Amino acid sequence: MKVKVKLYATFSRYHPGTLAGTPFEVELPEGSTLKDLINQLEIPESEVKVCFVNARIQEMDAPLNDGDDVGIFPPVGGG
Amino acid sequence: MYLVRVNMTNRTYQVTEVPEKYKYLAGRALTSNIVADEVPPLAHPLGPNNKLIFSPGFVTGTSAPTAARISVGGKSPLTGGIKEANAGTSWGADLAVMQIRGLIIEGQPEEKDKFWGLHITWDGKPKVEFFDATAYTKQPLSKVYPPIYEKFGERVSVCSVGAAAEYGYCNSGVCFNDQSKRPSRYAGRGGLGAVMASKGVKFIVLDRQGAPGVEIADKALFEEGRKKMIDALRTHAITKPKGGLNSYGTAILINIMNEAGGLPTKNFSSGRFEEAPKIAGEAIFETNKVRKGKEIFNHACSPGCIIQCSNTVYAEDGSEITSCLEYESAWSLGANCGISNLDDLAMLNHLCNEYGLDTIETGTTLAVAMEAGVIPFGDSKAAINLVHEMGKGTPLGRILGSGTETTGRVYGITRVPTVKGQSIPAYEPRAVKGIGITYATSTMGADHTAGYTIAPEILGVMGKVDPLSPEGKAALSRAFQATTAFIDSSGHCLFIAFAILDIASGYQGMIEEINGVLGTNWTADDVVKFGAEVLKVERKFNEAAGITKAADRLPEFMKQEPLPPHNTVFDVPDEALDAVYAEL
Ligand code: SF4
Repeated sequence: MKVKVKLYATFSRYHPGTLAGTPFEVELPEGSTLKDLINQLEIPESEVKVCFVNARIQEMDAPLNDGDDVGIFPPVGGG
Repeated sequence: MYLVRVNMTNRTYQVTEVPEKYKYLAGRALTSNIVADEVPPLAHPLGPNNKLIFSPGFVTGTSAPTAARISVGGKSPLTGGIKEANAGTSWGADLAVMQIRGLIIEGQPEEKDKFWGLHITWDGKPKVEFFDATAYTKQPLSKVYPPIYEKFGERVSVCSVGAAAEYGYCNSGVCFNDQSKRPSRYAGRGGLGAVMASKGVKFIVLDRQGAPGVEIADKALFEEGRKKMIDALRTHAITKPKGGLNSYGTAILINIMNEAGGLPTKNFSSGRFEEAPKIAGEAIFETNKVRKGKEIFNHACSPGCIIQCSNTVYAEDGSEITSCLEYESAWSLGANCGISNLDDLAMLNHLCNEYGLDTIETGTTLAVAMEAGVIPFGDSKAAINLVHEMGKGTPLGRILGSGTETTGRVYGITRVPTVKGQSIPAYEPRAVKGIGITYATSTMGADHTAGYTIAPEILGVMGKVDPLSPEGKAALSRAFQATTAFIDSSGHCLFIAFAILDIASGYQGMIEEINGVLGTNWTADDVVKFGAEVLKVERKFNEAAGITKAADRLPEFMKQEPLPPHNTVFDVPDEALDAVYAEL
């Protein structure tokens, strides 16, 4: 299956050359979870703070489906 | 510590010791208590009976980190209720070092076209002199700050108001200098700039030379607290050096709110802006890197800040367009107006600083004007022209300067995002329910800083709760509002909350710093009690001013129009909204 991924803030270094938030496609085995995706992208799990799948916040064990829209963030804050 | 009372009817002043009843109040707690005690609730906000009060927080002016905040209070011309707005600036620290716990500006001169400057120095105690400042009016603030520094010396701190305030706009802030003497740090919300201008005051210049500094009752305890606070700020991923805020500024939030479907777009008609990444903190950082040929990390707005979240936006040729472009401003003037041209967005921000406008209220007003067809959504050049109209005081500019609600009424628009007359900031209540409760019930009108439930609802700070669910959110908002009222009185920048809400020793550190300064024995429970007392005082003033719980509601369209992408409405029951203060 394929999912659409967007990496933000410092995570853009795991997909260099584009502005943070630029979507790219990732091919994953069926039945993969958010955690599998993060491992495949070689992002250290401990650095991941908040993940969105289709605009909803999800935990690491959330299963992914073909066509999902995923956003991955390190800790961010502002006001 | 002193109270300095300046009477602008006859340009006299009085310096007294802080009375017993105010001894343990500072910042927002002090400004709100003085407003409640001295301003008749039905006074016209721009009339002689309103007062403008400045108060630094408990630890402002000490060596505590990230603590140079100044609270400004009065009755708001925008909401008709009590108002406290605060800013980070050396001006706040200087007032504290001169041992001025409260500066009260009252009365009103008879001559309407004359403006005055106050020059406050230390002469064994605070001393106030008046100078004619009429010649500095109706000009962009970046033109009038340099001659003021020239006149009074490089070391002074400068508070001022811009043209927007001189015209009496409900959208006008009180401006303070940043560390590079830019007129750019605003106590922006609620129109307090117009209150200052209504007193005939254009400048308040502080010269701290020779001043004794803040007295600290228990130095060892203060030091202990300060160290804990520094440790927390230096270790938390959001607040540490080269962390989120220091790298990308507050505009780092553009993308996460967009992902969450909670970034109000084109006058609150969607929770997602297609072009959000172009106006986000990351885009500002990358654009600066290309234009300046190196990575540029953010700077401190005020002395002693170790978070340092303030960015600068540079033009193609490397010159500065504006500093600082905050999340709220990048959103209000950007996504909410459908604008994604970063240079024009930075220019809009700059012009707000030049004319003394609140960036949030300006962006939400422009978006309502866009909805009305005055200019198209996304037309950044036309938006720049409208801000110039505001700065020039043309009839259209005056309508816009009256704020979002008035503009909506003038053009017959129903989608007007305001609560108690103040526009809703950058988090969409239909997608994030807790913050909607804060907007509805805050004594300040719609104000995200009043109870920042975004921390657990979106950012995963202090736990995680589902943003779309209304469950338990009244209690969450209440707790945040009370704690915030305390932090707003402490003198710390609210951004310390990211670290101290996650790191318990940091929270303890804040309390120890304050106990150290005051010689008190306050506990974590006292913090919440203190905050709740402040809220009660504010609430009582509002009720006497005619703002009752019936005003604790979001605009009707938010209950009726589903917001994409979640297609949800604001479904928090009215009883839950009423419970926020009923159970305080
Ligand atoms: S964290 Fe940012 S806004 Fe707060 S005091 Fe520091 S530079 Fe100013």
